[in-house]
Amino acid sequence: MTLLRLDRLSVRIGAAPVLSEVSLALEPGETLGLVGESGSGKSMTALALMGLLPLGAQAAGRVEFEGQDLLALRERDLCRVRGARIGMIFQEPMTALNPMKTIGAQVAETLTTHGAATRAAALEIARARLDRVGLPADRFGLGLYPHELSGGQRQRVCIALAIALRPALLIADEPTTALDVTTQAQILDLLQALVAEERMALLLITHDLAVVAGRTGRVAVMQAGRLVESGPTEQVFRAPGAAYTSALFAASAHVPRRAPAAQGAPLLEVAQVRRDYVLARPAPLAPHPVLRAVDEVSFTLHRGESLGLVGESGCGKSTLTRAILGLDPVQGGTIRLAGAPVSPAMPRAMRAGMQAVFQDPYGSFDPRWRVERLVAEPFHLLPARPADWRARVAAALAEVGLRPEDARRHIHEFSGGQRQRIAIARALITRPALIVLDEAVSALDVRVRAQVLDLLAALQDSHGLSYLFVSHDLGVVRAITGRVMVMQAGRIVEAGPTDRVLSAPEHPYTRSLLAAAPRLPGRASPGVRPTAP
Amino acid sequence: MIRFLVRRLLALAISLIVASFVVFAVIEVIPGDPAAFMLGLNASPETVAALRETLGLTGSLPARYLSWAGGMLTGDFGISYTYRVPVADLVAGRLAVSLPLALLSLALSTAIALPVGLYAAARRGRAGDAAVMGLTQLGIAVPNFWFAMLLVLVFAVGLRWLPAGGFPGWEAGALPALGALLLPSVALALPQAAILARVLRSALIETLEQDYIRTARAKGLSRSRALTHHALRNALVPVLTILGMQFSFLLAGAIIIENVFYLPGLGRLIFQAITQRDLIVVESVVMILVFAVILVTFATDIAYALVDPRLRRRA
Amino acid sequence: MKTRRMRPGLALGAALSLAALLLALLSLVWTPHDIGALDIAGKLRGPSAAHWLGTDHFGRDVASMLMAGARTSIAVAVVAVGIGMALGVPLGLIAAAGAGGWLDEIIMRGNDLIFAFPSLVIAILITAVFGPSALNAILAIGIFNIPVFARVARGGALGLWTLDYIRAARVAGKGTARISAEHILPNIANLLIVQGTIQFSLGILAEAGLSYVGLGAQPPTASWGRMLAEAQTMVTLAPHVALFPGLAIVLTVLGLNLLGDGLRDALDPRGRGRQA
Repeated sequence: MTLLRLDRLSVRIGAAPVLSEVSLALEPGETLGLVGESGSGKSMTALALMGLLPLGAQAAGRVEFEGQDLLALRERDLCRVRGARIGMIFQEPMTALNPMKTIGAQVAETLTTHGAATRAAALEIARARLDRVGLPADRFGLGLYPHELSGGQRQRVCIALAIALRPALLIADEPTTALDVTTQAQILDLLQALVAEERMALLLITHDLAVVAGRTGRVAVMQAGRLVESGPTEQVFRAPGAAYTSALFAASAHVPRRAPAAQGAPLLEVAQVRRDYVLARPAPLAPHPVLRAVDEVSFTLHRGESLGLVGESGCGKSTLTRAILGLDPVQGGTIRLAGAPVSPAMPRAMRAGMQAVFQDPYGSFDPRWRVERLVAEPFHLLPARPADWRARVAAALAEVGLRPEDARRHIHEFSGGQRQRIAIARALITRPALIVLDEAVSALDVRVRAQVLDLLAALQDSHGLSYLFVSHDLGVVRAITGRVMVMQAGRIVEAGPTDRVLSAPEHPYTRSLLAAAPRLPGRASPGVRPTAP
Repeated sequence: MIRFLVRRLLALAISLIVASFVVFAVIEVIPGDPAAFMLGLNASPETVAALRETLGLTGSLPARYLSWAGGMLTGDFGISYTYRVPVADLVAGRLAVSLPLALLSLALSTAIALPVGLYAAARRGRAGDAAVMGLTQLGIAVPNFWFAMLLVLVFAVGLRWLPAGGFPGWEAGALPALGALLLPSVALALPQAAILARVLRSALIETLEQDYIRTARAKGLSRSRALTHHALRNALVPVLTILGMQFSFLLAGAIIIENVFYLPGLGRLIFQAITQRDLIVVESVVMILVFAVILVTFATDIAYALVDPRLRRRA
Repeated sequence: MKTRRMRPGLALGAALSLAALLLALLSLVWTPHDIGALDIAGKLRGPSAAHWLGTDHFGRDVASMLMAGARTSIAVAVVAVGIGMALGVPLGLIAAAGAGGWLDEIIMRGNDLIFAFPSLVIAILITAVFGPSALNAILAIGIFNIPVFARVARGGALGLWTLDYIRAARVAGKGTARISAEHILPNIANLLIVQGTIQFSLGILAEAGLSYVGLGAQPPTASWGRMLAEAQTMVTLAPHVALFPGLAIVLTVLGLNLLGDGLRDALDPRGRGRQA
């Protein structure tokens, strides 16, 4: 018997359709990857079948699960299905657990809610489940609170509580998107093993094609609320049927055309830089412990070069970036830009030679300012705002592929990709020699990301720019940089030409990063340059 | 937790010292001689000199502060000029009215606000929520002393269920005494309950939008169970803040309400002292009120730590 | 899609607040009767054609006194909110800009200290020294408003300081003062406006309470609180004398609160129910 059958499932919020006639089937024990870009309706599909749609959203069609239509069930009966027959885990493990309750109580609650066990027995089962998801009793007692665990550990707790009653279907909505690559691989392995062991069906929702590769039996691709393709994963990956799927594959492996950079004079010289944080005293009157976030880092970035800096969250790359931008003081070593020392007190004219593009396309702009004022903000670094500033803003917008009339609009009228283009225009306006790109494309969907990378490559060629490209994503670094540094625990553990480091890594940490990164089968791994079409 | 406690206690002590500076300084800046100020224009120089002696106004400024603050610490607040009894005895007698009044109102307002806030949050956006929130909007706008007058008009003058004012004293038995405090505490509590209910509702609604509520719902918890088992405790932190601030408002409000009901509490005492220029009493009562507020702030901080494990486990 | 939905609360609040303001302004040039005119023979009369809301124990016209009282209430509340904003907002911005530092610590501890002196206690202290007056009421309420605005400004600013556009402004070479003025202040203006209406209504309540216990405006200045204090002894004889000033307070405060809530919803950048 089919476990789950979506029959022309549609969802609308108010008058706007967000899901249009999605039909899917899932057999017991089967694994299905549901892939799509943001806004494609993949998460909405999961929430609709759980009956957890946001207020104001209405579902139509049929969701047949174990023989009954979930959409027709009363709320009280739906509660008996949720958690017991269908378990679900979400994207953001940092906020998915109640900060006021112990992890033991939160796992046990799944059992007590459904009357499956007494409180004492439920805690015992919770213990066993936590052991199973890799949180052994000796280090992870039931009495721990979520804030005492890391993101990956919290996601394990979420998995434990989702599978506590051995549901027939487990829905994982972007379960690893918020995690580092090595943690991501461990969590995906755990999910795969659990599903096989318990004979659960798995619905794995992700924006990343590489995540489903080799992990789910079938894959379904969504675009703008519709299902555009579904089939056995291997077949879809080998020969995608829909043009959209092919476009996604192409964008995932996209490498912008870059002219080989001529090695120029040194531009940014970082020598033995140290950044320390003073922490709270562990006991009254005890000395403040010091956290060394950046430990004796040295490197040189040449004119016209594109240098990558990769590492997982907390490795110190953001702290180092802030020091390079002259936002924070260093506790040791020197940073020089074109020979002059960088510090929070450096002259404005010097800051004009170095600009930045940040990760968040939504938080990067004052929502009250018009685009022209936003783009013109770095003119503050010049002695006076140039008389032709409007013309120069228009020129900068044209360079990043926007229209001059966009200057009069407000930032909320633009999409994420357009916003990053505006951020690049802002960085270009003072004609800097160096642009620091801090996870500048990480928040973008693959197709938009490919376009922005093309833009960055073209701008580098035409303006002779240097890039310091900070990212956690090896694939992106592979595409846009000529040289790369790998950072771990405040130190640069490996550096060299990007091709060499990502194809023949020397340091064990680089190797583990590469091994953990999900890759598309039959295509390039992040470390190997694709045979170019 | 120990570190947290020590830090808080230290902050408490510093607040108290600074507050005592402020109160002492304000009384000290009175233009001219406090003794002459208290006695009025017709007093003889000998009487003024005698009062200066009793007031301890003869020493230097730091010496005067030290003897005043030291006296406060040991429970010696000085002698009231008009009543000619130790201020400590006077205040103790009045506290026996004001404190029960404030506590009774606090209990009442919490008892009313809790179910109202929960109900409104559970039915957010629907008719019941709108109706209850409309009522609380009205409740906030009503001045408590005017509300007190209306209560007297209806329940004391009209229905004759409760006394219109006065206080029989605790010696007359708990029941008559509580009866005399009932209307005043209702008048104090209802506007505060309206505020508290609104804060609780918005705190609950905010927590209901958190990710962990979705996790709880995905476990199979019903909407109402998620509200009581997950949202309520997380919503308690902002509610505690308001509750702590309310105590200071209730104390202040009690001063006014006591005037409506002719209750012999701290409020009556301080106004009589102001009209009779009995500065020692004013100084002492203000200091006691400030002490109470600072103490409640301290208690609120401790309560946070008890509610929130992230604070409790630190250090 | 942002639909322009009718907001009945906002409309009612704006109407009530505006009415109170207009009546107060009108009282500057015209009241139905002279509020100083005593008429002992015609005292404690109920509402009539000549005296719409009746007369008080001196035979003064209650409607006229209410209009003049609105002036006092609004003037006290406006100045008190002004004091709170003018001092509290810069303090809050400074504290947020140096969050975690010693300046922040000093400002926030100072805030806590003022919170320990509720406005009534401040008023009692000031009155004990300088004697009662409307100015003292303004000072007492105004001082208590400072930490309120400092907290709101600091809280709003703290969230903004972590955003990338502030980092971008720093990369553009702007200092903390300039960033606070150009980016932070405009973006917390919503919060401040909403808190302003709340403090305004609390100010009216506080002024009424202070005047009621005799710590506020003194005769001959008309004040709602003192009207109630004077009405208290004859509330059984002539309930209307106590009823109308109370209603005036309730309607004004209600109006301001509805206005504040309505503004908060209308100015909320998240715009209700926009994202899925």
